[in-house]
Amino acid sequence: MKLNLKLKEYWHKLGSPRWFYQITTSWVTFFGICALLLLATGLVWALAFAPADYQQGNSFRIMYVHVPAAMVAQSLYIGMGVAGFVGLVWRMKLTDVAIGACLPLGMVLTALALFTGGVWGKPTWGSWWEWDGRTVSTLVLLFLYIGIYALREAIPDRDLRARASALVSLVGTVNIPIIKYSVEWWNTLHQSASFSLTEKPAMPAEMWLPLLVMVLGFYCFAGHQVLSRMRLEVLSREATSRWVLQLLQGKSAEAGLGQSSLIDHGRD
Amino acid sequence: MNPKRKQRLYLTVFLLLVSAGVTGLLILVSGENMNMFYPPADVVAGKIPPEQKVRAGGMVLDGSVVRSETSLAVEFQLTDHKGAVFPVAYSGILPDLFREGQGILVEGEMDAQGVFQAEEVLAKHDENYMPPELLDIDMQAKPNAYKAMPSIDPRAAKGDAL
Repeated sequence: MKLNLKLKEYWHKLGSPRWFYQITTSWVTFFGICALLLLATGLVWALAFAPADYQQGNSFRIMYVHVPAAMVAQSLYIGMGVAGFVGLVWRMKLTDVAIGACLPLGMVLTALALFTGGVWGKPTWGSWWEWDGRTVSTLVLLFLYIGIYALREAIPDRDLRARASALVSLVGTVNIPIIKYSVEWWNTLHQSASFSLTEKPAMPAEMWLPLLVMVLGFYCFAGHQVLSRMRLEVLSREATSRWVLQLLQGKSAEAGLGQSSLIDHGRD
Repeated sequence: MNPKRKQRLYLTVFLLLVSAGVTGLLILVSGENMNMFYPPADVVAGKIPPEQKVRAGGMVLDGSVVRSETSLAVEFQLTDHKGAVFPVAYSGILPDLFREGQGILVEGEMDAQGVFQAEEVLAKHDENYMPPELLDIDMQAKPNAYKAMPSIDPRAAKGDAL
């Protein structure tokens, strides 16, 4: 019963932009530093020290960007779907902020996954692009991202925009299991997963350890990006509320800047 | 939970279930059309439409690759290692990963003689990655596993990184 109350309290707090802004201040720094360290280590390890593959040679190293990009792109979409669900039912303002923050990064990472896949596919498969289950469902993911982005740009009314993008985000999540299981349900050119949470990787440790570092680095980078974007958006939405004014006053006093110019920058 | 929220919750869950259901049915109905290629068993059983461009896949049968000495023409056989085998003829540049024992996709049509005339050959890479040093150990453990490779690509046998 006590846990239940605590969860409830947490749930209500989560809807408060002010609380969100305060609690995430240290998270952003944490994720930023972790991303920097992990990506720097992972890239050098993956590109310079990991052994070449016995069949593909060095071109297999593209996987160290391709796999994390695709994983994080799908995770961000799941995040948008969950945010959409919560937003539709509980009408929390923060969920729309979250959707808007996951969107651009997810779009770019999906495009990156498709691009790196093509660069790898040309020497390995012998083709830049093939219409198989995995590639097509990933292309659908890219179109979903682009569609929601366009939708959000096209609707000026904030509430309507929030509801429309929450709806599309939620419905679009049915594509995620399709991407994941495409390689098992159908004959595809794309190989099945080499690297997953549940199974032993299909490669030796000296190859998958750098991949793990890269995956964690990508996730930290995404955490940093999404939180930073959300915080900026929260500030601009709440620009007239007292806590933001106080916050900015404190900041501008530190930097010796006029407060009005800062507030104007905060608006979109 | 207040009644309004409860109603919205039911509506949202319903929406999600309907969209998942519709997608699931669409996938189910599409059935075999979602497959990117026909496996050798289907090809041998005559399940592929004649004189129509299709894709078929299989493993290159060991010792079946015959290259022309004067042109890029090559003939080989694809198998599933379960008894189904069919011949393929192709003229052009093969992908780097093409070798005996490797999974291959061919696109083209079946001619009247039962030879698959490929216009495109793609190599299917599996999910296994391995450094070349480990290959030697692996070959000692399973001497037959990669025996076809060196004859096609001597670089891989020497363990050179390409």
